Amino acid sequence: MATPLLSVRDLVVEFPTRRGVLRALDKISFDIAEGEVLGMVGESGAGKSLTGAAIIGLLEPPGRIAGGEIWLRGERIDNLPREKMRRIRGRRIGMVFQDPLTSLNPLYTVAQQLIETIRTHIDVSEKEARKRAVALLDRVGIPAAGRRIDDYPHHFSGGMRQRVVIALALAAEPELVIADEPTTALDVSVQAQIIDVLKEICAERGASVMLITHDMGVIAETADRVAVLYAGRLAEIGPVRDVIQAAEHPYTVGLMGSIPTLTQTAERLTQIPGAMPRLNAIPTGCAFNPRCTRVMDRCRVDRPDPAERPGGRQVACWLYDNAMESADE
Amino acid sequence: MIAFILRRLVQSVIVMLTVALVAFALFRFVGDPIASMVGQETTLAERAELREALGLNDPFIIQFWNFVARAATGDFGISYRLQQPVMELIVSRLPATLELALVSGILAFVFGVGFGVYTALRRGNWVSGSIMTISLIGVSLPTFLIGVLLIWVFAVELQWLPSFGRGDTVYIGEWWRTGLLTQSGRASLILPAITLGLYQMTLIMRLVRAEMLEVLRTDYIKFARARGLSNRAVHFGHALKNTLVPVITITGLQMGSIIAFSIITETVFQWPGVGALFIRSVQFVDVPVMAAYLMLIALVFVVINLIVDLLYYAVDPRLRVDRANARH
Amino acid sequence: MADFTPENRPNALARAWDSDIAYSFRRSPLAIIAALVSLIIILAAVLAPWLAPHDPFNPASLNLMDGFTPPMEPNAFTGNVYWLGTDNQGRDVFSTILYGARISLFVGFMAVLFAMVLGITLGLIAGYRGGWVDSLLMRVADVQLTFPSILLALLIFGVARGFIPPAYREAMAIWVLIVAIGLSDWVQYARVVRGATMVEKNKEYVQAARVIGAHPAKILLRHILPNVMGPVLVIATIGLALAIIAEATLSFLGVGVPPTQPSLGTLIRIGQGFLFSGEWWILLFPSITLLALALSVNLLGDWLRDALNPRLR
Repeated sequence: MATPLLSVRDLVVEFPTRRGVLRALDKISFDIAEGEVLGMVGESGAGKSLTGAAIIGLLEPPGRIAGGEIWLRGERIDNLPREKMRRIRGRRIGMVFQDPLTSLNPLYTVAQQLIETIRTHIDVSEKEARKRAVALLDRVGIPAAGRRIDDYPHHFSGGMRQRVVIALALAAEPELVIADEPTTALDVSVQAQIIDVLKEICAERGASVMLITHDMGVIAETADRVAVLYAGRLAEIGPVRDVIQAAEHPYTVGLMGSIPTLTQTAERLTQIPGAMPRLNAIPTGCAFNPRCTRVMDRCRVDRPDPAERPGGRQVACWLYDNAMESADE
Repeated sequence: MIAFILRRLVQSVIVMLTVALVAFALFRFVGDPIASMVGQETTLAERAELREALGLNDPFIIQFWNFVARAATGDFGISYRLQQPVMELIVSRLPATLELALVSGILAFVFGVGFGVYTALRRGNWVSGSIMTISLIGVSLPTFLIGVLLIWVFAVELQWLPSFGRGDTVYIGEWWRTGLLTQSGRASLILPAITLGLYQMTLIMRLVRAEMLEVLRTDYIKFARARGLSNRAVHFGHALKNTLVPVITITGLQMGSIIAFSIITETVFQWPGVGALFIRSVQFVDVPVMAAYLMLIALVFVVINLIVDLLYYAVDPRLRVDRANARH
Repeated sequence: MADFTPENRPNALARAWDSDIAYSFRRSPLAIIAALVSLIIILAAVLAPWLAPHDPFNPASLNLMDGFTPPMEPNAFTGNVYWLGTDNQGRDVFSTILYGARISLFVGFMAVLFAMVLGITLGLIAGYRGGWVDSLLMRVADVQLTFPSILLALLIFGVARGFIPPAYREAMAIWVLIVAIGLSDWVQYARVVRGATMVEKNKEYVQAARVIGAHPAKILLRHILPNVMGPVLVIATIGLALAIIAEATLSFLGVGVPPTQPSLGTLIRIGQGFLFSGEWWILLFPSITLLALALSVNLLGDWLRDALNPRLR
């Protein structure tokens, strides 16, 4: 098997607080293959954004990586010196944030911000950088890019600004783009366009995407595989079609049940009872056990680790424990 | 842009007229101008004559108009105390005050921004901690006490620097006497400039620190980091520029305060500026000088406000709405 | 501006709140020290006539031979020992400081009281009346805030002196000073009270009061004052530090209290004159007292602000 582009192994992120250390990510492992789009879903606070921040090396202090490894094309990047990591950011891993209105510095023109980014990573002349910047803006779908490039961010609408943000994230042609809820802050009418632009350009350039969202619809349309996070742990990961159509982890099942679909309009949407536990009150055993409809005694004692399932899936649930499986079926 | 400047100018004129009204009321109603001008032996008839000659019997609005018209040409009458034209007194002392205020303003801005940025970027190390603690004391310390203590340490005990006056001065042009071009003039400026600038420096420093910490938490700084920009570019290219937008306003207004606070510093260091002149005029109820000083300070504030607005406009593109405002 | 409606600060909570403050006070060594220092200076000032070993204003008790006695050393001629030394006229520096602090604190407290009453009244009127009264008062407040209060106090002082016949200027000086400092510092009280009034005046109980014929302003006052007590107390504490500094500054400039009633600022002004001849104690001890007083009251105000409401300001 070829080396994956990104490989996260047993990643642990902790926040030391006055009342003890909070474990925000607990032994997360996953890979992203060359050119693949990996969706990452979960409720707010499940650790989706933290995973992205940890990969790109921008955890907000006092948060820190307390264990595990992150590999980018066979090179370990979680323990790189600050300066080396900086050169990876933007150049090899790009990032798109949630809110385009606040992601751009209001005091600089789009051109200034683009050219600065390009020239930080690629040794080109100012003129060449500008040419690339205009081409990039044109590519992300900004009309009259050559003229608009000298406008300030506040001259653009929200959707247009997010296109600028995408252009900025892709300015130095990264191999991986982490998009952290890139459409949440936008009008529903432009959400699909933005996702399309992002997907198209990344496909063109062969860049992989880690798409963080809580919108299963976006995942279904865009991602190749999907990872489901719950309370800082990986619940399930696998090909999108399989996970959506035949979710295995009870949490994923509940999550899918809460999505309206055209085919089941008449049915009442199912809801998962209760709420995700706070980080300082994660139950022993499986984190989902208090809300799980299929909870067993074992779930309250032992923590299930993600286990291989047929079709390249992994599920962290005792229901699919090898010893149990024969009895279950 | 033009409309913006015009609007500001009109506002400034209104402010100046209001202050002129106060100054005029001061001039007209505080004490009796005639009694202040003439000796004890002047007869009532002579007084009435003078009253008529000075136009003090005219309607209020005419008197006010005359006052404004004269003020606009720099005529504020004769000082009761010194029996010299007020404008002459002020002009001869203005360079001393302006040089002092300018040097302290620059000191306050440079060190205030420097320390503010440093303490924001190096939060938690001991140098930042001590700078913050000292600044707390600096805010509570009365300006005159700082001056007196500086004189004690550097002029009396160590005898490094002079404790009063401007030192040697030379003329630049017709009437500008400067101390900046002579050794003793520069030495004399050090202690007063520190005294006057210290308080403003701590204010600017705390403001810059708070703003910088705020800006460093914003999404565009995170995004700038995520694009791999160097720390230097993030801190000084992006964060500092955004920090300075509100800081410019406050600093501008602080410049006005510096001129006002120079009253205290000039008294402590016997600095021959307009502030010391004003204190004397308050002590002796020398109304023409008080009125003129009031107008001068108002003018300074108005001009500084205007400059601040223009700077703001230059720094923050969001204010330049007339260009492409509704473009999407 | 934080919200001070009764819903947020019910009376039942008031007691718990108090204990919260007590708790935060016990936890803050800086606040304890500041409170102790302020208390000692205030007590010493109030009790000055009983505490002071000498009466510095009674010429009969002065002996010029005692002049310029250094601290803790016997005088060369008389052999008298003074803790903090004496000044040129043989006045005991310790005693002058006690009496000086008394005057500084008196002016400070009275100026704060004046500013508070004026600010609360104008704030109530502005908030209750609204309309042009409100706009006018708030515009005046805005303009006043752009000018440094020391300049304003100086101007008011100068104008007031112009109105008072020269013969009474000395006697009235302290009151003129109080009014000048108070007038330059009413804005913050007015703003807080105005905000609270605008929130309260549309409440049902005010409308109800109007129906039964009671004057709503009276009821507003009864309900608003408890609500704004916290912020007003904070503003007043910090205002006290500012007023003490303002008084000292004006007196130092020679436009404050008359030399016959020296405050700490006057003492420092006198002390500066002896700096070059080596009598440092005449300057140092009043300076330390003023610094300790201003700093501790300031710290107390800072602490109070954080303890009552971290979001205030």
